[in-house]
This record gives sequence, C-alpha cells and structure tokens, in this order.
Amino acid sequence: MGNRCYFALVVAMFLGTAAYTAAQNDNPLAGDAKAAKAGEYEFRINCALCHGLGARGGGRGPDLTRAVKKHTHSDAEMFQVISNGIPGTAMPANGTNGQGVGMTDEEIWQIITYIRSQEVRAPSTPLGVAAHGKDLFFGDANCSLCHMVEGKGGRFGPELTGVGASRTREAIVDSVRNPSRQLAWGLTEATKEFPQEYESVTVVTADGKEIKGATLNEDSFSVQIMDTNEKIHLLDKSTLRSFHKSRQSAMPKYDADMLSDKDLEDIVAFLVSVGAK
Amino acid sequence: MTEEWKSGHFRAASNDRFNKAFRPGVPGLKPLYFLARLRGAEAPLFHRVARAFAIATLGAMIYGIGVVSHAQVTFERLVNAAKEPQNWLTYSGDYSGKRFSKLDQINLGNVHSLVARWVYQTAATGKLETTPLVVDGIMYATAQDDRAFALDARTGRPIWMYQRQIPADIRPCCGRVNRGLAILGDKVFLGTLDAHVIALDAKTGAVVWDVTAADYRTGHSFTVAPLAVNNLIVIGISGGEYGVRGFIDAYDADTGKRKWRFYTVPGPGEPGHETWEGDSWKVGGAPAWNTGTYDPATNQIFWPTGNPSPSNRGEGRAGDNLYSNSLLAINADTGKLNWYFQFTRHDEHDWDATQVPVIIDASGKKLIAQANRNGFFYLLDRETGKLISATAYGKQTWSDTRDAEGRPIANKNASPTLEGHTVCPGALGTTNFMSPTYDPVTEWFYVTARDQCDTFSTAPQPYEAGHAFYGSAYFPSEEAEPYFGFLKAIDPATGEVKEKFQHTSPTWSGVLSTAGGLVFSGDAEGNFIAFQDKTLRPLWHFQMGGAVYAAPMAFAVDGKEYVAIAAGSAIYAFGLP
Repeated sequence: MGNRCYFALVVAMFLGTAAYTAAQNDNPLAGDAKAAKAGEYEFRINCALCHGLGARGGGRGPDLTRAVKKHTHSDAEMFQVISNGIPGTAMPANGTNGQGVGMTDEEIWQIITYIRSQEVRAPSTPLGVAAHGKDLFFGDANCSLCHMVEGKGGRFGPELTGVGASRTREAIVDSVRNPSRQLAWGLTEATKEFPQEYESVTVVTADGKEIKGATLNEDSFSVQIMDTNEKIHLLDKSTLRSFHKSRQSAMPKYDADMLSDKDLEDIVAFLVSVGAK
Repeated sequence: MTEEWKSGHFRAASNDRFNKAFRPGVPGLKPLYFLARLRGAEAPLFHRVARAFAIATLGAMIYGIGVVSHAQVTFERLVNAAKEPQNWLTYSGDYSGKRFSKLDQINLGNVHSLVARWVYQTAATGKLETTPLVVDGIMYATAQDDRAFALDARTGRPIWMYQRQIPADIRPCCGRVNRGLAILGDKVFLGTLDAHVIALDAKTGAVVWDVTAADYRTGHSFTVAPLAVNNLIVIGISGGEYGVRGFIDAYDADTGKRKWRFYTVPGPGEPGHETWEGDSWKVGGAPAWNTGTYDPATNQIFWPTGNPSPSNRGEGRAGDNLYSNSLLAINADTGKLNWYFQFTRHDEHDWDATQVPVIIDASGKKLIAQANRNGFFYLLDRETGKLISATAYGKQTWSDTRDAEGRPIANKNASPTLEGHTVCPGALGTTNFMSPTYDPVTEWFYVTARDQCDTFSTAPQPYEAGHAFYGSAYFPSEEAEPYFGFLKAIDPATGEVKEKFQHTSPTWSGVLSTAGGLVFSGDAEGNFIAFQDKTLRPLWHFQMGGAVYAAPMAFAVDGKEYVAIAAGSAIYAFGLP
C-alpha cells in the first residue's frame, strides 16, 4: 500500500497536480483551494500548537512543509497518523490530546489538503555535498562528539538521525548558528504536557564538586544530569550546595569562522540524506 | 475499554472474594464459614438476626474490621458534613467548597513518616480527575470512560464496579474524564460522557435509574461530580467547545425525574437575552462543568459557568454574553436565579469561570471567593453578589482598567487577531478546574496557579452541530520564557499572595488543607507533596509515577487518618505507618 501510494505521489508530482489516484483512501478534497483554506483554520486549531502556525515546525512537532515526511508519504498514511497518532511520540490520536476536540473525517482531509498546499519541493540538486558533510560531521566539525547519527557519535546532545526529515534546512542552519535561540526538546514523557528542553545545568554537590551538563529529567526533589563525559548523575536537590539551570545551550555557537556557510550546507545535505533513508 | 468491563455492572471481583473467604480450608476463616452455613431463609427471624450479628461481631474481633455503620447519607448529614471529618461526603468535602479536613492525626510533627497504605489501579488510560467520596469506611470514586467503583477504604480492595457503555461517537472536549460522584440516601450519582445522569445502588453498583439530559451528538457531555442538595441531584453540562446552550439541571434523587433546568444562556424574552447578537445565543456555550457549592442558610446553590461559544472569537456574538463566565446564585428548590456576577464579559480567551466558588464567613461577613482562570482573585458578598475586591494573583496583561463596580475589564487590544496576539494568562488560565482550598486556621486560600502567556490567533469556523466550535487557536508564545506552575497562598481579605511554592512545571493538581497544619497537592512529575501551611515549605513527598489531574481528600477509618489522591491511572491512600 505504502509503495503504491508513494508511486502515485511521484506520478502526481510529475503531472504537476495534487490529485492522487490510488483507492478510496485517497483524499476526496485533494487540490481543492477552498478545502485548503478550511484546512488552514482546522490546522491552526488542532495542529499548530506543536507544528507551528504555517506548519513549518514549532519546536515540538516536525516541519510539515517538507514534501518528504518522517512518518508518512501518502495522504492515506497521513490520515492514519492524524487519526491514530504515533505511538511513542508526542503525536496524539485525533481528539485525545486535551487541547482540541475530535475532527471529522472531512476536517482531517481538509487539513491534509492544506498541508499539501504548503509543501515546499526540495530543490532538484542539493545545496551541499552530503559526502563531505558526513566527513565534517564525524571529523573536523566535531558534531559527533555530542550528536549521534545512525548509531555513531555521542550521547550528550540530541540524536540527529531523523532531523533531516523533520526540520527545514533553515531550522537546522539556525540551530547550528544560534543553538540557544530555541533549545531542542529532549525527554518525551507521556505524563507531562510537553517534553523537557535540553537545558544546561551546573550544580555544586555537598562536597564541593561542580558538575556541568544537561538535564535528562527533573522534578522538585531530584534531578538527573548527563555531564559532557556522558556520565549520568542522580542527585537529590536537597543535598546540593547550588543548582543553576540555564537556557544557554551547552552547544557552542558555530559562527562562520568556525564553520563556513559551504561546510554547513554540506552537513545539512548529509543530515537530509540520512533522514531521507 | 477492556472486554472485561464491557458487560456493564460488574461484581465478579467482590463475588470471588466472598466465595474465597467463605471456602473451608482457608486458615483462620473456618469460624466465619461455619456461621455462614447457618444462614438460611428458613431460620426464624430472631435467629437470622442473631447470626448476622454474630458474624459481624466475630469478624470484627478476629480481623479487626471496624463495625461499619451503614446509615444512609441524609441531606442533614450533608449539611453537617464538617461534623463527621472521618467521611468525605461531597466533591469538595462539604457544601462550603473549602476542601478542608478537620482531621489532625497526620500533622506537622509526623508527616515526614507518611507512607503509601494502598494503591488501587483503575487500569484506565487518560487523565484521572476524580475526587473520591468516603462514607463509613467505603470509598466511592470514578475513573475515565465513566467507570465508578466502591472500595474498602482501609485496603483499596474493590467491592463493586460499574462501567458505563459509552457510544463510540461521544464528544469529550478535553479527555474522557470524570471528576466524581454525589451520594445521597443509599445511592451514588454519576453524570456520563453521553450526557446521561444515572443513579447507582451504593451497595451493589446496580443502576437504579438512568435519564438522558441532552443529546451527546450535539456536543453535550457530563464530566462534573454532581451535588446532592435536599432531595435533588444538581449537575451542570459540558460542551462549550461545541456550541451547546449551557444549563444546570436538578433531578429527583428517588426517581430521576427532572425538577428544574436553568439555561445559562437566556432565551428570547428572558433577562440577559439582549446580551447576545442575533441567534448567537442558540450556540452560546456557557457550560457548567465544575461542581458548585451550597449555602443551607439561604437554600442557594452557587454554580460557576464557562466560556461563551465560540470560545476564542467574539465576532458574531457582540454583547456581554450572559451568563457565561459567571457565578450564579440559584434557589435550590425552584432553579430560579437570585443573582449573578460575571467575571469576564464577552470572553475571547477561553477563560471559563468554572473554578469552585468557596463559601467563607469572616468578620461577620458572608462571603464567597473564587480564584478565577482570568488571573484575578474575586471576593463577593454572597447575599447580594456584589464585588468586594478583585486582585491579580498571577501574571495578567488583559485588563488595566476597572468598571464602576471595580470589576477588571478587557483592554481594547486584548482580542485575538489573525496574525496572533499574545495575552497573559494563556488559554489554560492562571488556574483551571483544579480545586482550591480555604484553611480556616491560617485563613488563607490556597490555589494551583501557572504563569503562562499564549498567542491567540483567529480561525473562523462555522457552527456545525456536534463539531468543534472554537473560532481561534492558541499557542505558547514563542518569545515566552519557560513557564512555571505554583502553589499560591492568598489572603482573601486583601487578595495578596502571601506565600508561594514554584513547581518544576505547571500542575493540574487541586489542593487540600487539614487541621494538621498541612496543605497537600500533587505535581505534573507525579509527586504527592505535603506542605507546611504557613510557609509552603515541602515537608514530605512521594513519587506516584503518574501526573496528577485530581484533588486530594482526607478521611479516617477505625480511627486512622488517610489522605488520598488520584494520579496516573490509580488512586493512592497515604497514612502513618
């Protein structure tokens, strides 16, 4: 089913139309501008909380303007994901997230029509050279000291295998150039409203030892920290001499002197190529 | 819903337990078995009574079981609920809504040694918002998807279970939740997600009556714990997200016959109807989804109402939109309105005023207080409904001015826009449905609060029966700092925040105060926390493994005090070791 729909999508792209041809699961409203407008409002009400006003990602949810999406290819798959959510992620099933009420089938198709209308086709030739980006990522740019891609690299920062599929090029560039502007989201805990940010933390223990790292989790009484050597510290707040959290990311700010625009494009191309797998 | 509970009324657990207990061969149970065999309809009445008494007494002697009095819960007992602090007879503990317990066995001196006494797993998923009732050793509570159950309050062992058969196409706006039961006589009362009111036999869980209040397919539902007053079961509808016309109903506790209905959106010819533009009143919202309070001295119910519909878009419903976001004083016998006070006129930010209105008598004044979702703490004269004071108790940017009565009114630029406009508090409010508490010892009002701002953006939506009807969307402001939750202690006399505790993240837990000098609340990280009432310093906590969306309560059985709260999908009871 997935392959057939993907094939249909490719055909549709060739024909320059959003009308898909496979089975009755296809979007009955595909390409309808009026439905896309209604879908925009439905999107604002039900989706934009996480995916952002223009569907370009809002810090929590992936950018949906990418033609190639992380979890779905066809409209039918998108319909399934909106209806049933994605287990193990913050994506809830329709009507269960406590923020919005349930959408009708028609409203879901409207939203899909809207998302399709917002899609930005990837340029035919990538801006960067993925192979060189890979060398940089695991080599001179030091990304892999903290970030893991496809099982290789460090654990201190967010895992980036899927980031090329879920974020725009601009978002990736921005988070390298200005890592503190919007902290990445870490732990996804079903019982919390939103996952926790990758906050930097500095604590001084009772015996005077300073630990710097990122919070893995925290409540009013305890904190779980990973330091830059990937050591996990389990601490009771009441025993600490000091506890200081900061929204200054532990990631260094890569300016153009540290990483040229061209090299950064190569790294983005590498991440996009991995994400597309 | 699991298959196990699909057959509705469920007693297997209690039957199994009964059978096991009376089976010979279980050590220590033979005396009971012997006596049980003697039960028989053919025996003379005197013998049967004597045997029943012997069983009960022997059971009590051998197993330390308290001899439980199964006296009926009369209206008089509800009026005097504060005089039996071992029981928790209404949603907020008593009619005043104080959520204060006179029990002081658990106190400042020993709270550090508090332990979990039992946990009851409801095995349901979603948010558990129930406040249990306890009557003479038996706990009655609800879970998601309209499940109700009775437990042995000493052990958490189930006595009966009721599972409502809910249609697949119900419209719960904000989770398949339920906040609890009312009890009167020998029945408990449940409002359901498909907008029925039902009475269950308190001893068996069997349905006694079941009435339809409204059509669930047009967005009506019940999530509220009903309030039993006199011989009436008072309950308010949910559905402000679907453009229902809100109402508060009262049903005869014996028969289920509806005795009165008060529409919270006045119809043609009724006072207040002129506050709605055109036909907007027909889909005006103003639901009544949280439990009100009751003043026996004046026989008045104080019931709060929610947002006008659509919640975030004022266009098309010009006017004050009475009686949305109001406190209503209603004659309990007739359902007639005595007075109203509207907290937020023509609301465009989803600031339901459905917070529990707390009855306070202080310095000879008859007062009623509410910490409102719009960020202000209101103190009213409960005889007249006149505003005494309104004081911000959290971050707010929507109101810089007051009207002639002193009521905060919205700034001109506070309305949502197409591009989005940031306003504090956000749509979830400074507080929400979580119950506050008033401690008559400290004379402080404690409430869960959050400082969060949202960007409100319009999204015009036509009304369609049974479909979402918001008219706008909201998001955490992108520029906003991380937002926090608090437990705040307010002096009602001045509205001043006297103390606060900052949670790691905002919590949906309610608050309980006790005569033990303690305030109890929970957090989003799953902790149940005991605070010193005057300092809000945490003295004890327990990690329950699931976020809290419910309010704590206290009770006692066999002279032992317990504090209970729902978290995750379970109910926890704590006591001294």
